[in-house]
Amino acid sequence: MAGQIFSAILVIVVGVGGCVAYFWGANKLLDLIFPSRGVSGMTAVNNLRRQGLIRPWLFIGPALIILLVYLIYPVIQTLWLSFHDRSGENFVGFGNYVWAFGDREFRNSILNNLLWLLVVPAACTFLGLVIAVLTDKIWWGTIAKSLIFLPLAISFVGASVIWKFIYEYRGDGQVQIGLLNAVVQFFGGQPQVWISLPFWNSFFLMAILIWIQTGFAMVILSAALRGIPEETIEAAVIDGANPFQIFWKIMVPQIWGTIAVVWTTITILVLKVFDIVLTMTNGQWNSQVLANLMFDWMFRGGGDFGRGATIAVIIMIAVLPIMIWNIRQANRETGGH
Amino acid sequence: MAQASGKSAGKSFLSRFGVHLAVFFFVALWTIPTLGILVSSLRDKDQIIASGWWNSFSGSVQTEAGRLPPGNTAVERDGKYVLEGNIFEEPGAREVKAFGLRSAAPTEHPAGTVADLGDGVTLQIDPDGSFVHTFPAASDDTRGRRVYYSASTPPRFTTENYRNVLFAEGIGRSFINSLTVTIPATVIPILIAAFAAYALAWMRFPGRALLIAVVIGLLVVPLQMALIPLLQLYNGVALFFGVPSKTYLGIWLAHTGFGLPFAIYLLRSYMAGLPRELMESARIDGASDFEIFIKIVLPLSFPVLASFAIFQFLWVWNDLLVAMVFLGSGTDQLVLTGRLNALLGSRGGDWEILTTSAFVTIIVPLIVFFSLQRYFVRGLLAGSVKGG
Repeated sequence: MAGQIFSAILVIVVGVGGCVAYFWGANKLLDLIFPSRGVSGMTAVNNLRRQGLIRPWLFIGPALIILLVYLIYPVIQTLWLSFHDRSGENFVGFGNYVWAFGDREFRNSILNNLLWLLVVPAACTFLGLVIAVLTDKIWWGTIAKSLIFLPLAISFVGASVIWKFIYEYRGDGQVQIGLLNAVVQFFGGQPQVWISLPFWNSFFLMAILIWIQTGFAMVILSAALRGIPEETIEAAVIDGANPFQIFWKIMVPQIWGTIAVVWTTITILVLKVFDIVLTMTNGQWNSQVLANLMFDWMFRGGGDFGRGATIAVIIMIAVLPIMIWNIRQANRETGGH
Repeated sequence: MAQASGKSAGKSFLSRFGVHLAVFFFVALWTIPTLGILVSSLRDKDQIIASGWWNSFSGSVQTEAGRLPPGNTAVERDGKYVLEGNIFEEPGAREVKAFGLRSAAPTEHPAGTVADLGDGVTLQIDPDGSFVHTFPAASDDTRGRRVYYSASTPPRFTTENYRNVLFAEGIGRSFINSLTVTIPATVIPILIAAFAAYALAWMRFPGRALLIAVVIGLLVVPLQMALIPLLQLYNGVALFFGVPSKTYLGIWLAHTGFGLPFAIYLLRSYMAGLPRELMESARIDGASDFEIFIKIVLPLSFPVLASFAIFQFLWVWNDLLVAMVFLGSGTDQLVLTGRLNALLGSRGGDWEILTTSAFVTIIVPLIVFFSLQRYFVRGLLAGSVKGG
């Protein structure tokens, strides 16, 4: 154990030292090969130009190599694998895709993912917006925001344990120690095994993600709300608008862009949701989602890389529109720079 | 704002009260779940299943069974045979509410009353646990009578659960493993990204715009797209060099790769916002790009470096997927999230283990988060508002 800590520290030192040595050394080497000082004017200018051509690539090189190995190559390889069988050697055309859409579990996952996509981003954005507006009006708003923001730091697995404890069901005659069942019992209802109720169990899993992500929406939207010019609200008040009209007709339209950003960010997160489903139900009782199904196929029966890759590609296709929108948006902003 | 204008004080008071109430409701909804596991992790494990954690301060009532001493040890007094004693091993801590002699009716008789057991045999159990058992004649019973009783237990809080999970359930070891994964996986990408971000922000070279677009595109590529090929790659490399395929080095690099697009994107947009005059005057003074980066840009970028460090730390610490794919499930490699997931399977209903383990898992992120919230929020705003 002590050895492990020591080796981790050693790696940090070696890694950081290596990075520094690389950047410093490569820079020095460049100065040595194409010196700009102590040479005649023409050579110096030429060498400076050569340095300017090479140096950016020295700076960006390590990042580029890592991005190539860890993201760009895998994306292409996954696409390629999705057209091959489980071993990745025999070409099967669209066979995996045909299998997927005929598979009951896959169709169930698609359905659940759609449900998640409909509910979670909307709920997070709406709750985040409401809480941002409300907390801006009171003196202890900052503390309230901190507390609502807090689950964002909790891992999905940790949050799953927290909520599994809330959904806990104990048999007839035993004391209900799960908060939800205790509340239901208090109001005269019948305790339930919430996470195994088909269809509805997905909503109990979604509650966990909403609990985590509302703080994110709240912080971003709160900052956007502060940016609204106060005159617009004052004018509405003078014109006799009530608080709901001010909220829906004055505030919301002015932060539309931010709402879209929050919505898409959470949408991407939802498409990748894995930990919550794995730890709560592992896809049982019709609660399967794509990311967990993909993980399942990666290792099921020794692993079927073709089918796993196919499911990954389908997740990727769902993200694609957002990706294109992002790039166009960013290009417009950085345009001239 | 001119909110109060033209409105009666009463209505304004009511609506303000409503706002406080609504915010209080949301705060309660968002904190109670976490509070639940914190309180439970400190409770005695028998009490966790005996009453809801929200009742943990009022004690719990448990129904238990015990056995009286054998009847033949009764001593003769006033023509009867009497057996006296206390059903508790440590009298004084608990209180009997009721007792009974059949498992079907364990709380038939209230404490302090005399129960008639037939044939002149009686039993009385008082709230403090002392009992008086009388027989009309000498008894030849050698086994002792079975009694049932419900007794209240005062709230018992303990740190034993923590000792237990840290040392017996392997959470302590996993804590070290998580640190081993997280710290290098946070430090390495920062340096690599910082240089790349500077180049993309302030150096001119062909293909720069394309590279920026690629980075922004990679920002949203689902992790799932990378898993299978990287698993193959790691297995291939391991086979070729004869080394294990699941190593700490492997997961450090994987986290570096997955964190890099966001790091470059975040740092680049911050560095691009630094004043141009600063760089130009330094360049006129003869500073090279390397010197400008080290001496001017890097120190000025401290806030955004801190933001990214917090993000990456939280993301790596909380990650389960990457750890499950690239690290083994042995004691020497299982991280906290993985261990918690394993415990959910193996210790399903043992809430004293699960709540305590969960709390150990989330405590580090919570501390980081609370102490550095300012940087975290700043990073969040910079990362999502500007480009999406």
